Amino acid sequence: MKSADGAKRWLLVGIALAVVASYFTPQFNRYYLGIAIDCGINIILAVSLNLINGHTGQFSLGHAGFMAVGGYTAAKFSLVFEAMVPDSLKPLLFVAALTLGGLIAALAGLGVGVPSLRLKGDYLAIVTLGFGEIIRVVVQNMESVGAASGLKNIPKWTTLGWTFALAAITIYAVASLVNSTYGRGFIAVSDDEVAASSMGINPVRYKVTAFVTGAFFAGIAGGLYAHHKQFLSPTGFDFLKSIDIVVMVILGGMGRTAGVVIAAIILTLLPEFLRQFADYRMIIYSLLIIGLMMARPQGLFTLSFKKKGAASV
Amino acid sequence: MSADILELNQATIRFGGLTAVSELSLRIGSNELIGLIGPNGAGKTTAFNLITGVYQPTDGEIKFAGKPTAGTKPHDLTKVGIARTFQNIRLFGSLSVFDNVRVATQLHRSQGILDALWRGKGFRSAEKEVERQVLELLDIFDLGKLRDEEAKSLPYGDQRRLEIVRALATKPKLLLLDEPAAGMNPTEKEELMHLIKFIRDKFNIAIMLVEHDMKVVMGICQRIYVLEYGIKIAEGTPDDIQSNPKVIAAYLGTE
Ligand SMILES: Nc1ncnc2c1ncn2[C@@H]1O[C@H](COP(=O)(O)OP(=O)(O)OP(=O)(O)O)[C@@H](O)[C@H]1O
Ligand SMILES: [Mg+2]
Repeated sequence: MKSADGAKRWLLVGIALAVVASYFTPQFNRYYLGIAIDCGINIILAVSLNLINGHTGQFSLGHAGFMAVGGYTAAKFSLVFEAMVPDSLKPLLFVAALTLGGLIAALAGLGVGVPSLRLKGDYLAIVTLGFGEIIRVVVQNMESVGAASGLKNIPKWTTLGWTFALAAITIYAVASLVNSTYGRGFIAVSDDEVAASSMGINPVRYKVTAFVTGAFFAGIAGGLYAHHKQFLSPTGFDFLKSIDIVVMVILGGMGRTAGVVIAAIILTLLPEFLRQFADYRMIIYSLLIIGLMMARPQGLFTLSFKKKGAASV
Repeated sequence: MSADILELNQATIRFGGLTAVSELSLRIGSNELIGLIGPNGAGKTTAFNLITGVYQPTDGEIKFAGKPTAGTKPHDLTKVGIARTFQNIRLFGSLSVFDNVRVATQLHRSQGILDALWRGKGFRSAEKEVERQVLELLDIFDLGKLRDEEAKSLPYGDQRRLEIVRALATKPKLLLLDEPAAGMNPTEKEELMHLIKFIRDKFNIAIMLVEHDMKVVMGICQRIYVLEYGIKIAEGTPDDIQSNPKVIAAYLGTE
C-alpha cells in the first residue's frame, strides 16, 4: 500500500523529467521533437477519454470536438493578448490560455453531458458525434477564428517540457481520482448502475463529472496542439480524430491507464512509420480492433495492472 | 419497538394493464424482522422497488421514518437509510471484495473530486478511517481473507453474504433482503438465519425479508405479509400464516 504522498512524488518526478527534457530540447532533431510532443498530446487525450469510456463505461465520440473548443479558445486568447504582454510573462499567458481552453471545453462538456447523460443507453455516443460536427461547422463559419482557411500565426509556445508535464498531471489526476473511495464510484457506475444507486451513488452526477473532467483535459490538449502546430483548421478536428482517440483507449484496454498510455504512444508513432499507407489507416484500425476483440478482449497491454483492494497509487 | 420506520398505505403500481402491486398496506417497526412472501410473480420484488424508489407508485403513499418518499431518487433514499440486496445478485463484478464495500461507505463522507485530486491530510486520514471501517465489517462477516478477490470470482454463498455486507456499509435503518437464501445449501441457510438475526440485533435495524424457503421465513420472522397477484391476502405471526387456509391454498399448498 503506497501512501498518497507516493502518488504526489511520482507526479513531481514526472514534472522534473519534463523540465530536464525541455532543457535539452534544442539538441533534438526537430522532426523527432515534433513527434514526441504529438505523443504527449495524444497521451493527454487518450488518458482523459479513458476516464469517460473506460472507467465510467460511457461511450463518447466527441473528444476531438472538445479538443477543438480548447484549442481555438486558447489560440485566440494568445493571439489577442500576445502583443500586450512582455516576453518574461509569456509563460504565464500560455498557462492562462491553456487553462481557459480547458475550462471552456469543460463548460461545453457540461452542456452536452447534462441532457444526454440523464438518458439511459447510447444517446451519449450519438449526441457527442453530433456535437463534434456542430463545432466543426461553427468554426468553419466563424471569421474571427479564420473560418475555413484556418487560424494562423499562433505563437509557438508548446515545448516538450510543457507537454510532458501536463501529460504527467493528466495521468496523476485520472489515476488519483479513480484510486479513491470517491473515484471507485466511477467503476461501480460502469459495473452496475442500479446497484450503484442503491449504494447511495448518484449515477448521473458521476457520469457528468467524468465527462466534464475528460472534456477539460481534452481542451488542454487542444491548447497544446494549437501552440505546437501554430495553425488550426476545422478539418483537423473531424470525426476521424475522435475515432483515433477511441482506438487508443480500446487498444490500451478500457480503464487501464498504463495500457492506454502505451497505446497512445504506439498509435502516434505507427502512422509516422507507415506514411505510404496513410490512405488505409482507417481500414488498418478497423482490422486491428476486430482482431483485438477476438484475441485479447481485455486490451493489449493489461499485464500486471489488476485493480487491487486498498488505495494504491 | 417504538415508531414505525416504514409505512405503505394502499401503495399500487400498474405496468400497462398489469397491476403488479395492488393497494398494499404494511408497516415495519424500527427493530422488527418481518417477512414478505408469495408465489412467483406475486409482486414482492416490485414492492421492494417501490420502497427503494426504483419505481414510483401509481397510487397510494409510502412513508419512511414518517416522511413521504414520493419523488425521491433511489440514491437519496439510501442516504436516509434504506438499503437492499437484489434477487439476482448485483455486485460490482470488476471491483474487489474490499472495494465493493468501500464504495458503499462514501455516502457518509464529505470528500469529493477536489479532495481526491489534492490528497491532503484530511483526505488521507478519512481514507484510512474508511479502510478501517470496511475491514471491521468484512471481519465481522468472515470475509476479511477474501478482501482482494474480484467480487465476481467468489463462490455463490460468499457473493450473497458480500451483498448483504455492502448494503450494511451504507449504515441503513431498514434493510431489504430479496431471496438471500436462493441457491444456498441447508448448512448455508442455517448460517444465514443466524446471520440475519445477528444483524438485526447488532446493528439495531429493521429488516424485511423476501424468501421462498419457508423454514427460513417461519424460523426468524416476527410477522409475515403474504402477497398473491399483487394483493395482500394475509398478515400475522408465523403460526397464524401457517394455519391460514387462504395462504395454504395460494402458496403453501402449491409447494
Ligand atoms: N418493469 C416491469 N414492467 C412490466 N411488468 C413488470 C415489471 N416489473 C415486474 N413486472 C411484473 O410484475 C409482476 C410481479 O413481479 P415481481 O418481480 O415483483 O414478482 P416476485 O414476487 O418478486 O416474483 P419472484 O418470486 O419470481 O421473484 C410480474 O408479473 C412481473 O412480470
Ligand atoms: Mg422477486
